[in-house]
Amino acid sequence: MIVRKIGENIVSPLGFSVEENFTALMSGRSELRRYESLWNLPFPCFVSLIPGAALEAELSKEELTGRCASSTKFEKIALLSASKAIKQSGIDARSGRVVFILSSTKGNVELLADEKTDFDRVTPANTAKMIAHHFGNPNLPVTVSNACISGLCAQIEAFRCLMSRQYDAAVVIGADVLSPFIVAGFQSLKALSDEQCRPFSANRKGLNLGEAAATVVYQVADDNSDGWRMLAGAVRNDANHISGPSRTGEGSYRALLSVLGSSKLTVSDLACLNVHGTSTLYNDEMESIAINRAGLNAVPVNAMKGYYGHTLGAAGVLETLLTMRAVEEGKIPATRGFDELGVTNPVLVSSESFDTQK
Amino acid sequence: MEPKVIHRVKLTPRSLEVDGKRVAEAVAGESFLTHVYRQRQMDYPKFFKMDVLCKLGFIASEILLETEGAERFVPRADRAVILFNRNSSLNADRTFQRTIADPEEFYPSPSVFVYTLPNIVTGEIAIRNKYHGESNFILLPEKSEEAMNQAVERAFMDGETTSVLTGWLEAVSETEYEAEMKLIMMM
Repeated sequence: MIVRKIGENIVSPLGFSVEENFTALMSGRSELRRYESLWNLPFPCFVSLIPGAALEAELSKEELTGRCASSTKFEKIALLSASKAIKQSGIDARSGRVVFILSSTKGNVELLADEKTDFDRVTPANTAKMIAHHFGNPNLPVTVSNACISGLCAQIEAFRCLMSRQYDAAVVIGADVLSPFIVAGFQSLKALSDEQCRPFSANRKGLNLGEAAATVVYQVADDNSDGWRMLAGAVRNDANHISGPSRTGEGSYRALLSVLGSSKLTVSDLACLNVHGTSTLYNDEMESIAINRAGLNAVPVNAMKGYYGHTLGAAGVLETLLTMRAVEEGKIPATRGFDELGVTNPVLVSSESFDTQK
Repeated sequence: MEPKVIHRVKLTPRSLEVDGKRVAEAVAGESFLTHVYRQRQMDYPKFFKMDVLCKLGFIASEILLETEGAERFVPRADRAVILFNRNSSLNADRTFQRTIADPEEFYPSPSVFVYTLPNIVTGEIAIRNKYHGESNFILLPEKSEEAMNQAVERAFMDGETTSVLTGWLEAVSETEYEAEMKLIMMM
């Protein structure tokens, strides 16, 4: 048995399909821009937002306008992305053999700005329930809320749901939107840059935030089925600090070793490493250490935060899909924003896209 | 080989139960979590910086692991930490929201914001115990034993995982919380 990808979608400021997003990515486009006082916040920020009018037009095309009349932006993008991916996959989402897995860090948290808000609507667990219900799915949905790695954890959950035959297909939706809550929070941590983020660069100053939803549908299939397969996944913990990465890249290093071991792949099999690359001083340095400790410094690296910003719960799904699409074309996308290498361990990151034979 | 519950701890604002036996009860005038911390002579000053979800997870996991009685604080990667609730980090979220609600008194607090992710408690437990294995926080629309058991079974599919510290961990305010934590081993 194998697990293969049978459906996908991306809803982002760069488009409403994987294809639109991939085209934009390869032409170097981004909707990251500077706002002097977004939502009247008392500081400038550099973020990527999904335009409301374009989103409404897409909801209308998908015949979701009525359904979403009183929905939040978070609910809209998650539902829209799931709807498109499910359609493409051809699965019957009403089946009890299908599970919905949502990845989100903050969901509808912006609703807390209204003191009279219904807390039941704030938790992403209930957004997932609403989505599963919309598609007529009878199972209790799983919501992964594991910070920046949520989108990858959710795909690993899907992999295990399918390999163990708990289910036959899994719809994995990653989504987060921005709000004063999230932007002010990251600003308070001094994690934000007020200009274009610069992954792995000497003059990197911090991360940019962005909005997106991305969905991937996985299915269990026979060994000889074609298409993209998931081979292995691992989650490991730094056990170091609650909000900063380990200086030895411990968790990342251990996860890389585990995946290399269980997938039985070697360095020469790998086309590229799609990394987190947030552009904070500590993250990129930590990743360079983890990559080198795992013996992967000869593998090309790309980071996509320079196009989208950090899309939180969506990032793991969004970046997985675009990396797959690029490798299908024999390309490793440019790391937008990168200029001069500024980490202590060498990583093969480039400001230009290049070809791969793998 | 199948997963077996080795020990369990239940902690609510009223009482603490270990393996089904009541071992402590709330006393008037003091936070029960702080009371248990002092009564058990836990020495971990970081406890006082934590939000209520982390305090709850910390105390419950300390008691669970003391009950296990194995050697502690030795780095290991064979134990996963998989926790569940419905309301994510709602209490920390509401606290942070209050720091940004009034434009005249806009002081977003980094020490509050760091707790606005539910998985921070899995990090606190991993740091305390030097656990480098898998950690995850899963939100469920309801407290479903079946859904939690399925997730624990999935965690055992990682080749390195031989035990899972898991359970329901909900804290919607300083005085409304519930931990039902279990240590599960494959045997």
